[in-house]
Amino acid sequence: MGEALPVAVVAAALREFLPARAVLHEEEDTRPYECDGLTAYRQLPMVVALPETEAQVQRILATCSALGVPVVPRGAGTGLSGGALPPGDGVLLSMAKFMRILSVDPRACTAVVQPGVRNAAISDAAAPHGLYYAPDPSSQIACSIGGNVAENSGGVHCLKYGLTVHNVLRLRGYTVDGEPVEFGSAAPDAAGYDLLALAIGSEGMLAVVTEVTVKLLPKPQSASVIMASFGDVEKAGQAVAAVIGAGIIPAGLEMMDQAATRAVEQFVGAGYDLEAAAILLCESDGTAEEVEDEITRMRAVLQAAGATRMTVSNNEAERLRFWSGRKAAFPAVGRISPDYYCMDGTIPRKRLGEVLNFIAAMEKKYGLRCPNVFHAGDGNLHPLILFDANDPDQLHRTEQFAEEVLEKCVEVGGTITGEHGVGVEKINQMCVQFGTDELELFHAVKRAFDPAGLLNPGKAVPTLARCAEHGRMRVHGGKLPHPELPRF
Amino acid sequence: MIEIFQEKIRQAAAQRVPLRLRGGGSKDFYGNAPSGELLDTRSYAGVVSYEPTELVVTARCGTSLPSLEAALHEKGQFLPFEPPHFGAEATFGGCVAAGLSGPRRASAGALRDYVLGVKLVDGRGRLLSFGGQVMKNVAGYDLSRLVAGSLGTLGLIVEASLKVLPRPAAEATLRLQRAEARALEAMTGWAGQPLPVSATAWCDGVLSVRLSGAEPAVRAAAGHIGGEPADGSFWAALREQADPFFAGAEPLWRIALPPAAPPLTLEGRQLIEWGGGLRWLKSMAGADRVRDAATRAGGHATLFRAADKSPGAFAPLDAAKLRLHRELKQAFDPAGILNPGRLYREF
Repeated sequence: MGEALPVAVVAAALREFLPARAVLHEEEDTRPYECDGLTAYRQLPMVVALPETEAQVQRILATCSALGVPVVPRGAGTGLSGGALPPGDGVLLSMAKFMRILSVDPRACTAVVQPGVRNAAISDAAAPHGLYYAPDPSSQIACSIGGNVAENSGGVHCLKYGLTVHNVLRLRGYTVDGEPVEFGSAAPDAAGYDLLALAIGSEGMLAVVTEVTVKLLPKPQSASVIMASFGDVEKAGQAVAAVIGAGIIPAGLEMMDQAATRAVEQFVGAGYDLEAAAILLCESDGTAEEVEDEITRMRAVLQAAGATRMTVSNNEAERLRFWSGRKAAFPAVGRISPDYYCMDGTIPRKRLGEVLNFIAAMEKKYGLRCPNVFHAGDGNLHPLILFDANDPDQLHRTEQFAEEVLEKCVEVGGTITGEHGVGVEKINQMCVQFGTDELELFHAVKRAFDPAGLLNPGKAVPTLARCAEHGRMRVHGGKLPHPELPRF
Repeated sequence: MIEIFQEKIRQAAAQRVPLRLRGGGSKDFYGNAPSGELLDTRSYAGVVSYEPTELVVTARCGTSLPSLEAALHEKGQFLPFEPPHFGAEATFGGCVAAGLSGPRRASAGALRDYVLGVKLVDGRGRLLSFGGQVMKNVAGYDLSRLVAGSLGTLGLIVEASLKVLPRPAAEATLRLQRAEARALEAMTGWAGQPLPVSATAWCDGVLSVRLSGAEPAVRAAAGHIGGEPADGSFWAALREQADPFFAGAEPLWRIALPPAAPPLTLEGRQLIEWGGGLRWLKSMAGADRVRDAATRAGGHATLFRAADKSPGAFAPLDAAKLRLHRELKQAFDPAGILNPGRLYREF
């Protein structure tokens, strides 16, 4: 890439076909776009483009390609890994105006929506037909379906209902040179390679999505949740395995440790057992008969696994109250600490106890508290390191803490990110999870879609040079390369 | 053993000799005709790890598919997408490479939905590992799912990890008399309700439905749906295409459509599965006619079994997609030696 083009040139090129209000470049206008949900990384975009039609998206991409200007797509900006961190020398492509639900087809059990539609709005639109969209990330009232596609978002019900990749049927959009593409179809599959699966979770690096067809599911007739207390976290972990070993796939299976329940209880009053070292929320949904049968079986298994107390929700209000604490875990933790850092590793469930003990040891080692909430059913951990960003030493210790935990996740056969994505945040840990050959193939796949590397450059897949540097960093013990870069 | 595969692939790449990757050969009929020097995967066999409470099985490519399924069965679990074997010699690697799913597809999802990770030898002979053994993993592009169903054109899958699930506690099969349009209506109607329907099939005026789940739920749904109880072995025969519908020499088309698409008006006989999403057609109709009808209905048609596959096994790709396919093939297999032409003649 050559010299960055001046703002005026890029803005003028875009204003040839976009109204002036859809091309922002004054700092007061671009400032709101400087970061996504990972606020520690900030960068003012050179230009923000706010298209309203597919034709405009196509021209923006074609124009940027022709000028050699980087483009970063952005949905609702709730991402937690900096995937929508803007390019200082390019265009931030906001899809925020693509807010229409184009159709809900109750016969086909599908909805066709624009990428800026909020996750929860899809279920709201489908509700009159007794249908809903299953993936429910905690941020579902704010996050957009386009962002969910980019990150392959999960939620608390994915053990039974799957991730975004299991619930999206078709994507329409453009490659970086403005060529229209369609991946998947309203039919069960499409001819050729599974480009739909490849595009989902590709963090906006392969194409820009302008339309999404999602699968809708019939809303379960009833649901009920068991809140079970355990005297130690390891026992709670074993109880998770016991439930699954008994042939039960709960609709949701979440764990919170005592530090998390205590933080949450002050905040929302969910009625959690604060004496328990850990609690499990174990949900059943389906027909009334199924739920009754499954709750009975789950109770028996949890009892045998050493639950010290169990409460079954008696009605919908109580069920939602039990869940309210889990869903509010992040903001609740935000109240007890000036800052927190949310990790997102996944591990094989059987290693849960070991990893929890490791995290406890790290709390001592770094002198930082770390409440834990997990999607226990699928082994996806969200340890929350509490720190004060105004204290540079705490910030540094938090970073080291997180790095050790993510590397532990890889060591036990898991991954550095279960659902939040790599973005800019975990790009160094990619070097731990993958070897040079895998990374090289990732880059080759990227080039197949984007030979010039203009779409969301620098995210998700580290350059080999960066990994070499990261490797050296560890050899030399704690001396960070690029100390000028904010690292979380 | 993997080293032998790697060496063979490296040599083939150096000499530009096409390789035909093959397990038990049970799906030789599928796709375009295989060609090239044989690389038999069966010598690398066995289950690497299987812990029922983790809901994951990891096995080597040459593992016998029936024996793998038997091992899962013993622990009360199964491959929910019910892969067709098309022969007792079917291997696990071939199953993942073919990417085919059986009767439970509409309710449980397809093979690709259960893929958690693969180890792959690419066209340069490099051993690569993508995904893993955990349910949620968004590190890097999802190349494991891309490789599923790619018919060995992107690499030799030497090992794969799949999610497995507990077998349903109870199952029941029901049979109803319904004309095609009404059967389609019934199937789409059930799909929109919280019913434990795990498979549907319609042929010659008979609509078969399978219910799977907790015993009380299956009983309640059976009451709701009605019809006559029938033998559940029907589904295995359907999956293996041992059902009499599949007999005879006329070409067999696999037409994937949006489930709510109206009946197709093409000459020949049809068997409908997946709640309307899959229409098998035994017909002498010309390939262009079949493919046009499928495209107009929002889907695509695969020439599944036929003596003459000159029209191409798979529906042609548009220019943009063909370019992406070629570029991806180039990324995985720059010498173009892995099962060339098996998916599309162009690569």
